[in-house]
Amino acid sequence: MTVLNVNEKAYEIDASKDMPLLWALRDLLGLTGTKFGCGVAQCGACTVHLDGEAVRSCVTKIERAVGKRITTIEGLSPDSDHPLQKAWIEFDVPQCGYCQSGQIMSAAVLLRENPTPTDQDIDDAMAGNICRCGTYLRIRAAIHQAAKMQREGKKS
Amino acid sequence: MNRRNFIQSGALFAGGLLISFKIPTAKKMAALGEAKAGVPFSPNAFLNIGTDNSITVVLSHVEMGQGIWTTLPMLIAEELDVSLDQITVKHGGADKIFDHTLYGVQITGGSSTTWSEFDRYRNAGATARTLLTQAASKRSGIPIQDCKTENGTVTAGERKFTYGELAADAALLPVPENIPLRNKADWKYIGKSIKRLDAKVKTNGEAIFGMDIQFPGLLTAIVVHPPVFGGKVKSFNDSNSKAVSGVRQVVKIPTGIAIIADHYYAAQQGKKALQVIWESSSNAGLSTIKQTAAYKKLAATNGQTVQEKGDAGAGLLKSVKTLKAEYVFPYLAHAPMEPLNCTVKLEKDSCEIWTGTQIPTTDQAAAAKILGLAPEKIKINVPFLGGGFGRRATPTSDFVSEAVHIAKACGKPVKLVWSREDDIRGGFYRPFVVHNVTTGLDQNGMPTAWKHNIVGQSIMKGAANVLGELKTPIDDTSVEGVKGSPYLTSIPDHFVGLHTTKELIPVLWFRSVGYTHTAYVMETMMDELAHNAGSDPVEYRRGFFKEHPRHLAALDLVAEKGNWKEALPAGRFKGVAVAESFGSYVASIAEVSISNGQVKVHKIDCAIDCGLAVNPEGVKAQVESGIIFGLTMALYGEISIKDGKVQQNNFYDYKIGRIHESPEINVYIVDSDDKMGGVGECSVPPTAPAIANAIFAATGKRVYNLPLMNHQLLAKK
Repeated sequence: MTVLNVNEKAYEIDASKDMPLLWALRDLLGLTGTKFGCGVAQCGACTVHLDGEAVRSCVTKIERAVGKRITTIEGLSPDSDHPLQKAWIEFDVPQCGYCQSGQIMSAAVLLRENPTPTDQDIDDAMAGNICRCGTYLRIRAAIHQAAKMQREGKKS
Repeated sequence: MNRRNFIQSGALFAGGLLISFKIPTAKKMAALGEAKAGVPFSPNAFLNIGTDNSITVVLSHVEMGQGIWTTLPMLIAEELDVSLDQITVKHGGADKIFDHTLYGVQITGGSSTTWSEFDRYRNAGATARTLLTQAASKRSGIPIQDCKTENGTVTAGERKFTYGELAADAALLPVPENIPLRNKADWKYIGKSIKRLDAKVKTNGEAIFGMDIQFPGLLTAIVVHPPVFGGKVKSFNDSNSKAVSGVRQVVKIPTGIAIIADHYYAAQQGKKALQVIWESSSNAGLSTIKQTAAYKKLAATNGQTVQEKGDAGAGLLKSVKTLKAEYVFPYLAHAPMEPLNCTVKLEKDSCEIWTGTQIPTTDQAAAAKILGLAPEKIKINVPFLGGGFGRRATPTSDFVSEAVHIAKACGKPVKLVWSREDDIRGGFYRPFVVHNVTTGLDQNGMPTAWKHNIVGQSIMKGAANVLGELKTPIDDTSVEGVKGSPYLTSIPDHFVGLHTTKELIPVLWFRSVGYTHTAYVMETMMDELAHNAGSDPVEYRRGFFKEHPRHLAALDLVAEKGNWKEALPAGRFKGVAVAESFGSYVASIAEVSISNGQVKVHKIDCAIDCGLAVNPEGVKAQVESGIIFGLTMALYGEISIKDGKVQQNNFYDYKIGRIHESPEINVYIVDSDDKMGGVGECSVPPTAPAIANAIFAATGKRVYNLPLMNHQLLAKK
């Protein structure tokens, strides 16, 4: 048995240690918010946090996640009220929506590390996430807005 | 007609009794009534109002990113007098009642949802409002003209009823016909920017796509497909696969070998361990190089006549100067972000399917045929689609059929999941196409003769089961955009011909279909003519649009807003293109620079005339989306073949445009009362030619084949 700590809950799973975290989350734990897009760390749809760092769960073996805090889109905020989630809605970012969990998880790390990202910072942080619907400009605008909300939230 | 046939009551729902109004158009109902005399209508409808005050809008079309999850409810809300936050939205399943109002089959495609449902959904809302008002009038004794609807309630004198309180009574009233719809001046929602109703669930992981279907006992299947199209299994050894922990079964199906396992990872390991020997396919010798040569040869000869006026050959001989060009376009994979998948649960005499599909009844029929069941025994559930772009409307129901075969072979509920490699290498591409164009010019540089031949596979020949047999040998999707071009109609001697080829590589409609290549050819060619004539490319085109006011309106708006006449800073160049597709008119200006042999697109200004923009912000989002799609196609889009095998595998060699490559985009909507057109596909066609024309401005060289990544570009000194 392997124990994974996902969204502040401990889960026991029976799986080989080289199973990608993506499939443990989706197929064993039923956390389907994390998406399968390419399987080879090219599209970012499967992005989750491991001790706060963004990783591509499709190429992250579960043995690397043991003993670490795993955060998925389902655990990003208690009530879907992370500034990024609010900004995503405000800017009508999602279209098909399939890539957006990964986009938001990548952006969340950026915002924590860099509360005032420039366009260039956003491009650098988000270039690993593909959106086939091409919502990139709205993603960029929403990240700026979320950064603003985060700064204003901290002031008050 | 018996109203009870289309007003259904009695279903128990969480809050109590649910009353459903089923309100298709009267005409459609009459047709259905005749077709199914004596048979009750299926329990699907466009709008359900529950006694618990629930208001459910059921979508005849599917949401795959284009925003109809919001637009269709807006149409109902407008007439029903409810606010959008009172509405629950869901997809309809497979049902004839949801047939496209024009195409006569249930399909989401052709950028047609909003205009084709504009009346039907407003009528559904208006009919329900009228019935509820009548019910309030009866109950209160207040004359109907004194009953007022507002925000899900009817006020009748002193009394106020919620729609839920009236639903049961309303369901018993005869359905009125010819209810007047609201005037434009009174619209509260239509024409206003309304935020997406599906945004929240798409930002917190709650949105369920086909890939996310799970229930106890569900297994996952992966299929090992032949490496060459048309390949068949000769023999296989599955002993190593079956030894993988979690692998349950290995079964041979018509399209390959399926590995069925407890989860995707086990199936993937089982796939790696499988040994297969394939029979050789007649396609094994095919290569892009050979195909290019063969198609170019064909394109130099006249194909079957698509459009002809005067004598193009004689006209060319008479002309002062001729310009020739040969264009090559590769196969393209749609690559929606959600890999193709389908879940199938077989019962003794029925079957339930969950899949993201653009053609539910076609898939239902395909499953029924495989299983030997009546179509109505197959229940199709459609979750959100993680992108479609045409790939989830396969006339052969390729991935649905494959999943049904697997479920039939293994006898257990199973979810078929295609890997990204299966998707990129699995065919159903935008066709490989070659164009050969010769234009003859007069002393002023105006075209007087035009000979144009197109070579490619037919999409529609493989789609007869969905949209009917072709009525002529010409597949319009091969020539749309050349055929009927406003430039050609004014040319006295012209000929357009088509050579339809056959290949084992399956082809399919791909966002904006034929216009993906025809707009490129027409718009880069017109640019070439303008430059040859020493004319401004916008002014030159304007000369052809005297009888095409909507082309002109889009072009003029983008030229004005995009400051076409203003010079750019050194190192920046611009190009323009305009194209009509799916009933809308779009003009784009691209601004580029060249460095390290490659193009960088800095900005795209784009104007669209789609008639009424029901949700302007939604229109803008779709136009942006189409531009990025067109940019990806221009920069990177290429599926190539060698020894019969697809050369690309995944996003590392079938590249998709990323955030750092996204230009600034400005979208302008022409204020138009003209006939409504499409939106979802319409900004794709002018994108690549606008970029290519800007590249010409920068380099002095024309790009005659895509993608751009294959060219070493050099800026003019």
